[in-house]
Amino acid sequence: MAKYKMHVLVCGGTGCTASHSHEITDNLKAVLRDKGLEEDIQVILTGCFGFCEKGPIVKIMPDNTFYTEVKPEDAKEIVEEHIIKGRKVTRLLYTDPEKKEHVSDSKHMGFYKKQLRIALRNCGFIDPENIEEYIANDGYAAVAKCLTEYTPAQVIDEIKLSGLRGRGGGGFPTGMKWEIASKNHADQKYVVCNADEGDPGAFMDRSILEGDPHSVIEAMTINGYAIGATKGLIYIRAEYPLAIHRLQIAIKQAREYGLLGKNIFGTDFDFDIELRYGAGAFVCGEETALIHSMEGKRGEPTFKPPFPAQSGYLQKPTNVNNVETYANVPIIILKGANWFNKIGTEKSKGTKVFALAGQINNVGLIEVPMGITLREIIYEIGGGIKNGRQFKAVQTGGPSGGCLTEKHLDTPIDYDNLIAAGSMMGSGGMVVMDETSCMVAIAKFYLEFTCEESCGKCSPCRIGNKRMLEILERITKGQGCMEDLENLKNLATVIKDTALCGLGQTSPNPVLSTMNNFWDEYVEHVKDKKCRAGACKSLMQYVIDPNLCVGCTSCARNCPVNAIQGEKKTPHVINAEICIKCGTCIEKCKFNAISIK
Amino acid sequence: MAQIKSLADLKALKNSIHEKMDTRVKGNKDGLVQVKVAMATCGIAAGAKTIFNYIMEQADKKGLEIVLSQTGCMGYCHAEPTIEVTLPGKEPIVFGHVDKAKADEIMDKYIKNGELVEGIIPVNYNTIDK
Repeated sequence: MAKYKMHVLVCGGTGCTASHSHEITDNLKAVLRDKGLEEDIQVILTGCFGFCEKGPIVKIMPDNTFYTEVKPEDAKEIVEEHIIKGRKVTRLLYTDPEKKEHVSDSKHMGFYKKQLRIALRNCGFIDPENIEEYIANDGYAAVAKCLTEYTPAQVIDEIKLSGLRGRGGGGFPTGMKWEIASKNHADQKYVVCNADEGDPGAFMDRSILEGDPHSVIEAMTINGYAIGATKGLIYIRAEYPLAIHRLQIAIKQAREYGLLGKNIFGTDFDFDIELRYGAGAFVCGEETALIHSMEGKRGEPTFKPPFPAQSGYLQKPTNVNNVETYANVPIIILKGANWFNKIGTEKSKGTKVFALAGQINNVGLIEVPMGITLREIIYEIGGGIKNGRQFKAVQTGGPSGGCLTEKHLDTPIDYDNLIAAGSMMGSGGMVVMDETSCMVAIAKFYLEFTCEESCGKCSPCRIGNKRMLEILERITKGQGCMEDLENLKNLATVIKDTALCGLGQTSPNPVLSTMNNFWDEYVEHVKDKKCRAGACKSLMQYVIDPNLCVGCTSCARNCPVNAIQGEKKTPHVINAEICIKCGTCIEKCKFNAISIK
Repeated sequence: MAQIKSLADLKALKNSIHEKMDTRVKGNKDGLVQVKVAMATCGIAAGAKTIFNYIMEQADKKGLEIVLSQTGCMGYCHAEPTIEVTLPGKEPIVFGHVDKAKADEIMDKYIKNGELVEGIIPVNYNTIDK
């Protein structure tokens, strides 16, 4: 067959799919067919490009033209202008927010320049529903190499030497985990992929499964060979329908090609994978709870030891790894541990995928080498804070993590530095906040999340977190006292020390870390009954300036609760007891007479 | 579908798909020779499409790793078809009146060995970027 002259890659991740990327693909194909170009130009629906802020993305290869916010009706113009006449459609190109210039291709975009895509190497590059595209990009060559050239012990040594650590949060050395599981003997062992991604704002695992499902299947097979397991299970939350769909296709194709099943690569090694659906409970990301959930029991954690490597799924030795960890494995085998362990910092090797969210210009999914600084991530890749506001803090590690502030901007990011800074890597959520974010309210938000997600098995987590939340609620309502702050600190420390599993032990982190970094704000809420960010509604007062008010009655007529009184042409007054602080009056006032105090 | 039962099977399958992915894989790489063919109306009328296809075929036969893309009107309507070749780390050079023989010569001499050949259109403009 002839070579395609151009490849049009359309993002088929969840975000871009929601913005009609399937329609874009259909339209592109239809126009190309009309013009008789379907033999010359290939249109592919890929996984996530990471630049979700500006989706849907259409990228044209080989020139790397990067079109953003494409609509289905733009298909015709892209084909007629770019593909037929060779003229880029300027209005769809990415505009650099600082220079206000169009950037012609992705290699010149700040967002991509600092990235190093290892786990995401195929996301946004291949068609995830076509195993052949994965194979064309060295897919399944790593498992072939393991099965035909390495003994299981050599595979484990290679992973150990690479320095790969668990990407799900804890950062446990992957090679060591495999070694422990390999040394426990049993008639049946299991390999489990933890795809129960639950941190608010984190979506790297979903994107990998949607964009490159075969990399996880291949890595699990390698894992199975290394520890002597013939069965793999992927525990994935049912809220990820697209990831599940693509995994099902991938597993089916791998079986058809003989890459899962009996006698893989003609050896006597058998391996197959099944999917298990989770109902979306945060605690089920904890490996013992995850295993219980797979067994059909309640998703509650149990005390370790015994570790899953000793007694896991159905009481058999089980190795549990996260999706992103697995996505790194095939390329480590292919390029060698010594290639991988040169990337990153001394104790944290390789790259990490972060989900950038919050008050930042380039919201999306990025992969960067360990050791990069927050400043580089926020200002160079992330394009800085939205609306020209000031950076205040970034929350990492989700409900188990904490806040990093201005003083941490130049700290190299790795597992150990983040813990030293009072936060943690977690699965890689990064929520960027500016001066309009209240740190007490943020701590409350995460605690609400953990209270909701607590399984209720142990009292420190079930009762302790609830009490902490009540205190925080009082403080944000302006009913707190200094003693509350003391109690909050004590409770947090006790819960950390006494809770059963990782969820409980880390749930006070957002509170502790915000207290450490923003103590003044807590005191202000308690003593002055003030929220400097203007986020805690109860602490706000809407006031009409009598000197500016002309008595036009617009605010009074629009107030949904009739909290504003006053005669025509005389200054009006807001009754603070009735006011619900909805902000309608400020919006309606043409004289800027209403302000928040 | 024949099952993959050995490393050789996998390699054979990989090679058979290679063609399909090639344009994309090359575009993703850094440091390759960039060849742009001007494909505006006048370029196409003068045979740019034939030259594009010819270079695509021949580059593979000659074992040259190039990124071949099409571009709009370069403004050298008197010398169509025109192609622009950028060797890594060097300034782009534009060749005019490119026919199959000229394309061969450019590939064999300039792209392979950096040897200049006849037919270069001197640069008479400044670009706004960089």
